[in-house]
Amino acid sequence: MIINHPILGPRDAQEFVYLGDASLIHRPDGLTASIEAFHDYTYLRANPAGLHRELWYHEQGDRSWLVVTRNTVTHEITSVELARDVARSEGRSK
Amino acid sequence: MRYSGFRILKEALTGHKGWTPQWRDPEPQSSYDYIIVGGGGHGLATAYYLAKEFNQARIAVLEKGYLGGGNVGRNTTIIRSNYLLDGNQPFYEFSLKLWEGLEQDFNYNAMVSQRGIINLIHTDAARDAATRRGNAMIMNGADAELLNRDQVKAMYPFLNFDNARFPIKGALMQRRGGTVRHDAVAWGYARGADSRGVDLIQNCEVTGMRIENGKILGVETSKGFIGAKKVGVAVAGSSSKVMAHAGMRLPIESHVLQAFVSEGLKPVIDGVMTFGAGHFYVSQSDKGGLVFGGDIDGYNSYAQRGNLPVIEDVIEGGMALMPMIGRARLLRAWGGIMDMSMDGSPIIDKTHIDGLYFNGGWCYGGFKATPASGWCFAHLLAKDEPHATATAYRFDRFLKGLMIDEKGQGAQPNLH
Amino acid sequence: MTQSNRIAGGQIDRSQTFRFHFDGLPYLGHPGDTLASALLANGVRLMGRSFKYHRPRGPISAGSEEPNALVELRSGARQEPNTRATVAELFDGLTAQSQNRWPSLKFDALSINDRLNSFFTAGFYYKTFMWPASFWEKVYEPIIRRAAGLGSLTKLEDPDEYDKGFLHCDILIIGAGPAGLSAALTAGRSGARVILADEDFRMGGRLNAETFALGDQSGADWALAALAELASLPNVRLLNRTTVVGAFDHGIYGAVERVSDHLPVPLAGKPRQTFWRIYSKRAILAGGAIERPIAFENNDRPGIMLAGSLRAYANRWGVAVGDRTAVFTNNDDGLRTAVDLQAKGVDVVAVIDSRENSELLPGIRHLRGAEVTNSAGRLGLSQITVRMADGRTETLKVNALGVSGGWNPNVNITSHHRSRPVWREDIAAFVPGSGEIANLLVAGAAAGSLSTHGALVTGDEMARKALEGLGISAISAKLPKAEDAPVRIKAFWHVEGASRAWIDQQNDVTVKDIKLAHQENFTSVEHLKRYTTLGMATDQGKTGNVLGLAVMAELTGKSIPDTGTTVYRPPYTPVALGALAGRGRGHEFKPFRLTPSHKWAEEQGAVFVEVGYWLRTQWVAKAGETEWRQSVDREVLATRKSVGICDVTTLGKIDIQGTDAGAFLDKVYANTFSTLAVGKCRYGLMLREDGIVFDDGTTARMGPNEYVMTTTTANAVTVFRHLEYCRQVLWPDMDVQIISTTEAWAQFSVAGPNARNLLAKVVDQDISDAAFPYMGAGNITVGGLRARLFRISFSGELAFEIAVPTRYGDAMIRKLMEAGAEFDAVVYGTEALGVMRVEKGHVAGNELNGTSTALNMGLGKMVSRKKDSIGMLLSQRDGMTQADGLRLVGVKPANPAEALKAGSHFLKTGAAATAQNDEGWLTSLVYSPHLGHHIALGYLKNGASRIGEKMRAVNLLAGTDTEVEIVSPHFIDPEGERLRA
Repeated sequence: MIINHPILGPRDAQEFVYLGDASLIHRPDGLTASIEAFHDYTYLRANPAGLHRELWYHEQGDRSWLVVTRNTVTHEITSVELARDVARSEGRSK
Repeated sequence: MRYSGFRILKEALTGHKGWTPQWRDPEPQSSYDYIIVGGGGHGLATAYYLAKEFNQARIAVLEKGYLGGGNVGRNTTIIRSNYLLDGNQPFYEFSLKLWEGLEQDFNYNAMVSQRGIINLIHTDAARDAATRRGNAMIMNGADAELLNRDQVKAMYPFLNFDNARFPIKGALMQRRGGTVRHDAVAWGYARGADSRGVDLIQNCEVTGMRIENGKILGVETSKGFIGAKKVGVAVAGSSSKVMAHAGMRLPIESHVLQAFVSEGLKPVIDGVMTFGAGHFYVSQSDKGGLVFGGDIDGYNSYAQRGNLPVIEDVIEGGMALMPMIGRARLLRAWGGIMDMSMDGSPIIDKTHIDGLYFNGGWCYGGFKATPASGWCFAHLLAKDEPHATATAYRFDRFLKGLMIDEKGQGAQPNLH
Repeated sequence: MTQSNRIAGGQIDRSQTFRFHFDGLPYLGHPGDTLASALLANGVRLMGRSFKYHRPRGPISAGSEEPNALVELRSGARQEPNTRATVAELFDGLTAQSQNRWPSLKFDALSINDRLNSFFTAGFYYKTFMWPASFWEKVYEPIIRRAAGLGSLTKLEDPDEYDKGFLHCDILIIGAGPAGLSAALTAGRSGARVILADEDFRMGGRLNAETFALGDQSGADWALAALAELASLPNVRLLNRTTVVGAFDHGIYGAVERVSDHLPVPLAGKPRQTFWRIYSKRAILAGGAIERPIAFENNDRPGIMLAGSLRAYANRWGVAVGDRTAVFTNNDDGLRTAVDLQAKGVDVVAVIDSRENSELLPGIRHLRGAEVTNSAGRLGLSQITVRMADGRTETLKVNALGVSGGWNPNVNITSHHRSRPVWREDIAAFVPGSGEIANLLVAGAAAGSLSTHGALVTGDEMARKALEGLGISAISAKLPKAEDAPVRIKAFWHVEGASRAWIDQQNDVTVKDIKLAHQENFTSVEHLKRYTTLGMATDQGKTGNVLGLAVMAELTGKSIPDTGTTVYRPPYTPVALGALAGRGRGHEFKPFRLTPSHKWAEEQGAVFVEVGYWLRTQWVAKAGETEWRQSVDREVLATRKSVGICDVTTLGKIDIQGTDAGAFLDKVYANTFSTLAVGKCRYGLMLREDGIVFDDGTTARMGPNEYVMTTTTANAVTVFRHLEYCRQVLWPDMDVQIISTTEAWAQFSVAGPNARNLLAKVVDQDISDAAFPYMGAGNITVGGLRARLFRISFSGELAFEIAVPTRYGDAMIRKLMEAGAEFDAVVYGTEALGVMRVEKGHVAGNELNGTSTALNMGLGKMVSRKKDSIGMLLSQRDGMTQADGLRLVGVKPANPAEALKAGSHFLKTGAAATAQNDEGWLTSLVYSPHLGHHIALGYLKNGASRIGEKMRAVNLLAGTDTEVEIVSPHFIDPEGERLRA
């Protein structure tokens, strides 16, 4: 596979490490969340057959974490964004 | 019809006119007591044991494609019970014991062959871990032996003992491990279930579930609605898709695992071997092909096919371990969809919906589990309580912090 | 031997003669021959035996689709099994042996299986061999395994090298026949970066095997001219002997170039083969078509082959397979074989044409509406039986028969992404389906355009389409005039008969087997394949699959497309495992990482151990030390007595800077770091989000906004990845920057009562206890060179870790040892390190096993619940906080003379060795020279409250059962007085 890195351009997916569902961005606060809510965040996945937003890390490259939108049936990639930008736009800060 | 050497002799002399279909192709009835979703190894085994061991009737298996077309027909055929943890070991040992009597039980030669499995050891720490594991196996009634380097060399003198990046220091061996002819497992269970009245319905995809007041009434399918008192889902890589019909999110991701076979070769590897310093395991089939595999590709996929980096990585491991295979050729590569769970161990449990049961999360260990998985799932379906060897395979183990994590990798499915 | 069957013409170089051997007999051939063409030229038709029945077999094809003519090529360590003689390029001195036969190819004992064929039907083995159960492994299976398999491996290391390479192009063209050449000309002239790959050593495809003219040139000459032009274009790369074996995601194709397989041995410095990963923006498949046979009784004898191959041997290689030839066809293309052979002077006895209304061939006995019903000839064809249109039968004496059941477009690669081909009734064949691979176009015969004209035109068209997609304006060649014969075929699959008619020749799958599969309800294509093994042989059903499908369709009464389709998986043809492994074998399997003191340690005679990719000093044997324990004991005792030095560079080191650095560490560590004073270190415990311990190490605060983190060697990479994740994904607005400095600093532990005295001689600053107290950290200098000093201890002794820039690492170890001479300083390796950390009760890899909590390790109090950190909440789950859960303990044998073994399990005295009685296990074991007996760490249920208890450590693998006493894990200096000295 080839991931079109938003800064570096097309790169072989072999340069990257895969983490999983980009819903991991929405980490609850451990001081206020219930164990149930944290369990759901940590363990449950939609696991769709189709478009999937997922976290990849450019370990053999610039160390960017990316959010890649990829079809899990065809492997077609339709968008690649910097995870930091996505996280900010979805309300993550400090 | 009972299969035997005598029967073959008789048919051979009379033009093979007497062989009958190994299973029927019935139209679905309007309702059943039990619907098993998924006509793979686990689903077929569940139906077989429900009928045979738990004396249940009015059972159907719904398969969206053809029987045995999922992971039971696309794995590397290894059986073993060399697990470490209390939640797993008794279950897999139960499974191995069922394998040992399976062919006589269902009258089908699945070529259960206990030629032994060795896990190679390359570091002192790995030997310590193997010692711990071997002891756990024996304490659970399984067999285990720790081999030293010379014992491994006597068994497989062509391994890379002299020029290895990671020297071979020994192996953990389970002599009762081995291989099984995978397709025959599906067919044997299918034939056995069919002959006991189970309706095996192919090309019948479940498209929805009818649930009212927290109770399941049946499933919508490509062949119409079929009612059921109890529905058991055993669909491996499609678990999330099917359980989404019940509104459930699972602690499971679907990943592609590639497997490989070489051209046919005269016998060279007798048993099963796993390379402890690379991602490679291998056995040789009775037809002569080297059957091997390694890691999953590592990304969510429903595509049943993988990519070059893992193919190359696996075969590098093979060449590092056995530099004599360079001139053998890769014949075929294929992919299966693995239901990778969050701790690497399966789930056989009720759901919060009355009458809906789930069996999945087998990662890439589902084949060897087939008999016990079927038996334990049938037990759960028939008696509404878990089988003694499957009590840990609960959905709520993650909420309670009782993970069964053999590899110690945590909540990241692609690392298990 | 003379080349008895060599006739005029062909693209072989008769000016040179090669000598070669097959099964020990000498033969002659020429450059341009394949092993098969040369053997056929020498009158040898018998080349192999089939898998199950051991039937005598010769080649049925002249290409990579060959199921029969498999040989062991070369000898010794270079022997390769299952090589298709039809694609093995002849070289001088070639040797080959037949395989899967005993004692010889002509007299094969296992051909008894052929006589017993009525027992060996499809799937017979699923119905028997079950009694008694133990006989499977002991009796039946060994016999089956010995009989099965094809060629053999020598078990010798492959002496050749293999390379891997990466190529990038605008357009990859697969196949250099008329369609591929046409596409390449258009794409090449237009300036696109083109790779043209063909599996053959001679490019041109069918143009080399046919007699058609292209314009005023022969096809082969036109191909040569086209290739010459392409070779002159700098933007075109021609790869012959290169098979594109698989289509992967996003335009990536795998290809094998057989660099040296046409040579006796690779030239010096050259690989045997190169595996290319080709990155393409567009690809054009021009893989041609593969002919399929018609099944009839005994259609598998040597001398019976595909009609197009029969004429390829004549036209390309100047070989007449027999001197009395017949052709059996259901389509016009088969007629060409008769015409071409007759033109070459070969006696064409008859053309048997299953069609009644085809156009009559002039000058040849053309039997329309006829069928070949059987053949005879023990080791090769000698006659065929023909049933005429009027029902009469006639026997024809022939020793070669060309069979054509039509041509299958080569859809193989188009189905690698699991899209299904579609049926085209007019050509009675499958063509690539929709939903094909992104950016893959198909041209020529592969797309169902089976004429030469069609190939040229569609090749150009697809090149234009590809160029358009790339935004390159197309410059097309003027295409030569070429034959454009329509496909005239009347589907005809097999001749009814009572005996066996082969479909999959290698695996011995016959029409009868398909009938049996149908009878037993294995009617879906996948069931058919798996039950009968149709299409599972080394040719993967390239000639047989569609035929088998058609027979099943007849039986079920469904149409062929309703019965199913054939989907191929990669690789297109089998690939040597060596090529896929490349150079990653032996010591080059994985890279070596060497520590800065490696060279020095080598000089000392150190023994090294693999730690991940690192090599670390395990111990250093001094003169007179014959057992490793002598060296390790000495290193431990000398360190505890005076001072020892250990290279700890492999530990991960991460610089963490920014105004939020402290807050960040509070998130990623279970304990608190924002409160750490500048110039101090603290032990940190890092959890995974699931509350299990991930890693540990000391982290120092070097400045208000600057920390230096240490990780374990094993987790250096994963911890860094995790920190990047936390920083970018979870807390993107934190002002924190990180960089791995593992390789930037050479770091040495200096431990023992004289550690300070030694270091004081080396460093420029005052490092007295007052100036540099326990857990102190700071930037210092060594002879003016910047360095870092940490007063931390893993050994339990007064100890420092000193770091200098890596390039000074070698100088530093030499300086330390020189300065330490007066203290009798030793270097200690990982074994002594392990002994000292167990003596001190520190956890390491065996305890940090990915399933242990802080509580298990006795560090539960370190998890702060006053702040949110990774893993904090989930570490509080009930199942992980049970009072009677596993706890870290120390263990010693009740009798100090007794040995222990790591991995032993704890049992109460008198308890049976069952899982129910299992109390935990012994994680790490060492011999303590300080205490004079074995000591160990372990995880024991409720261990913290069981200190002093006697129990057993049982190792059932070795049959040992040893009484042990549970003790505190701190075996020496529990108060830590030495550290603070």
